[in-house]
Amino acid sequence: MNSRVALLTALLVAVAIVSGLAVGAVPLSPGTVIDGLRGQGDPVVRAILWDLRLPRVALGLAVGAGLAVSGGAMQATLRNPLAEPYLLGVSGGAAVGAVLATVAGVLAPTVMPLAAFLGAMGAVALVLAVARAAGGASDPRILVMAGVIVGAFCTAAIMVALATAPEGTVRGALWWMMGSLADATWSDVRWVGGYVALGGALLLWWGRDLDVLALGEEPAAALGLDVDRVTWRVFLVAALIAAATVSGAGLIGFVGLVVPSLVRTLGVTRVRQALAVSAGVGGALVVLGDAVARRIVTPAELPLGAVTALLGVPFFVWRLRAAAAR
Amino acid sequence: MIEVDGLSVRYPRAARPALDGVSFTARAGALTAVVGPNGSGKSTIVRTLLGRVRPSAGTIRVGGVGAGGEPGGEPGRELRGGPGSEPGGQAGASSIVLGDAPLDPVRRRALARRLAVVPQREEPAFALPVRDFIALGRHPHGRGFGGETAADREAIASAAERAAVTPFLARSTAELSGGEWQRVRVARALAQGGEVLVLDEPTTFLDVAHEMAAFELFDALAREGRTVLLVSHQLNLVARFADHIVLLQQGRVAADGSADEVMRGEVLESVYDWPLVVSRDPAVGAPVLVPLRGRGKR
Repeated sequence: MNSRVALLTALLVAVAIVSGLAVGAVPLSPGTVIDGLRGQGDPVVRAILWDLRLPRVALGLAVGAGLAVSGGAMQATLRNPLAEPYLLGVSGGAAVGAVLATVAGVLAPTVMPLAAFLGAMGAVALVLAVARAAGGASDPRILVMAGVIVGAFCTAAIMVALATAPEGTVRGALWWMMGSLADATWSDVRWVGGYVALGGALLLWWGRDLDVLALGEEPAAALGLDVDRVTWRVFLVAALIAAATVSGAGLIGFVGLVVPSLVRTLGVTRVRQALAVSAGVGGALVVLGDAVARRIVTPAELPLGAVTALLGVPFFVWRLRAAAAR
Repeated sequence: MIEVDGLSVRYPRAARPALDGVSFTARAGALTAVVGPNGSGKSTIVRTLLGRVRPSAGTIRVGGVGAGGEPGGEPGRELRGGPGSEPGGQAGASSIVLGDAPLDPVRRRALARRLAVVPQREEPAFALPVRDFIALGRHPHGRGFGGETAADREAIASAAERAAVTPFLARSTAELSGGEWQRVRVARALAQGGEVLVLDEPTTFLDVAHEMAAFELFDALAREGRTVLLVSHQLNLVARFADHIVLLQQGRVAADGSADEVMRGEVLESVYDWPLVVSRDPAVGAPVLVPLRGRGKR
């Protein structure tokens, strides 16, 4: 991997962490942040840092890394730069699971991630069923189209659930739709971080297979890959990671789309290296996005999903224009 | 060696089988060409070799004899993908049989170490530096987090040299011309290092000089002892270079033999359904097909 890219990524992550810890309703200077992290200074500042901002930043890093790695793996697997958990309906399925649990009044923190996982897996099963019905369960283009259809279905399902939900639960359900790190706890960090770390490690281990898979079905088969088996193995792990991020922070779009694409423009072309860099850049992007969401309308907060979309859409338009110019 | 034995393939909802009892042998140390009109089943043979379609009957045996097989290979041992597989079969045995059941991952990789295929179409999702692209040919030889070995580096450099792509190893695959792209794909197959090479229309987009260079390369690879199976529409070049030609028509073998045996006017005219004459090139002595103008029925 290009060492300059690795250094830039590390620097970006460091800047994001400091920004995430310093920005908020109570602004803190970098010096105060460092003192607080070392257990020195004002006890209130220490509490803000350790109980509120640090879990929030850690969860942001895990969620961003998970979304970026999941998006990068899906793009290589499906050989489509538009593939990512949000557009493929996987995140939508996870949100359906979470919203249905909220509307049903099941608010236990242990049940929510499970509901999101079940929703995501339901979406994957639906994507597979739609693709099979269209006659191409292993055709990447049909899978992407099936994902878009399932994503639209998930959005409709959430709308129906909200329209018929008791008034008190709508706000909680909306949280899943908008994406937020505001309720981050160390338990969330452990839960989401564990899945992202485990799933990410598996995807890195399969990095060589993903390089080959990105060549296309026939070249991959010529290089000894069991194309269908590897495709579904990677897709399922990427979907699990995406579901974990939704269970921890709700729907956060465009990170899985933008980050792998950005990393490729930096010249990181092999999938394993690209996933590693994407994890750092994705984590930093979500933490910085969260800092922006907290800073703009202090003491209120903007929805994180809206901020990442506002950052992601112009980037995507720029990428499309660059591609069209070639 | 590639031994195709009674191979039949039928695609779902197809009116007729894509292949119907096709049998031929591509020998080690020889250049074998499969020719025929569009839709005659040429690429289906390649797709069967890749495991992307399963035969409804018959087998393809990819053997290690002739070029010596894989080191340690025992003549006569088989690894089967179809019924009757040897459960205890090892990856280094001398022949692998593709039948109506899929190969397991270990055998699939063993096959890829022995058999390199350049498929007809290839559109990578993302651009790569040419050297990285060629290095992917070493995939069947490595696993997990293992990096490039000295043998990998040597195979990559040698493959690039032979396919004449060394000057643009640092360029991106997105910047290559059609001809350069085809040569880079051949280089990746050579880096794979097997003793059997299958190429599905590898000279598409190549100009005359590069096309001749490609055929010279395939011929040289065959002379070194490899089994080279070439699917091509370039009948005149095939007639000059191939030791053995298999002519397909609607999924069946219409003719099988040397250029002189297959390149006969009445045979080709019937198979291609177009008026033509076959003469002899005065410079090289090979049969030459000349399609006639304005007399076709299509």
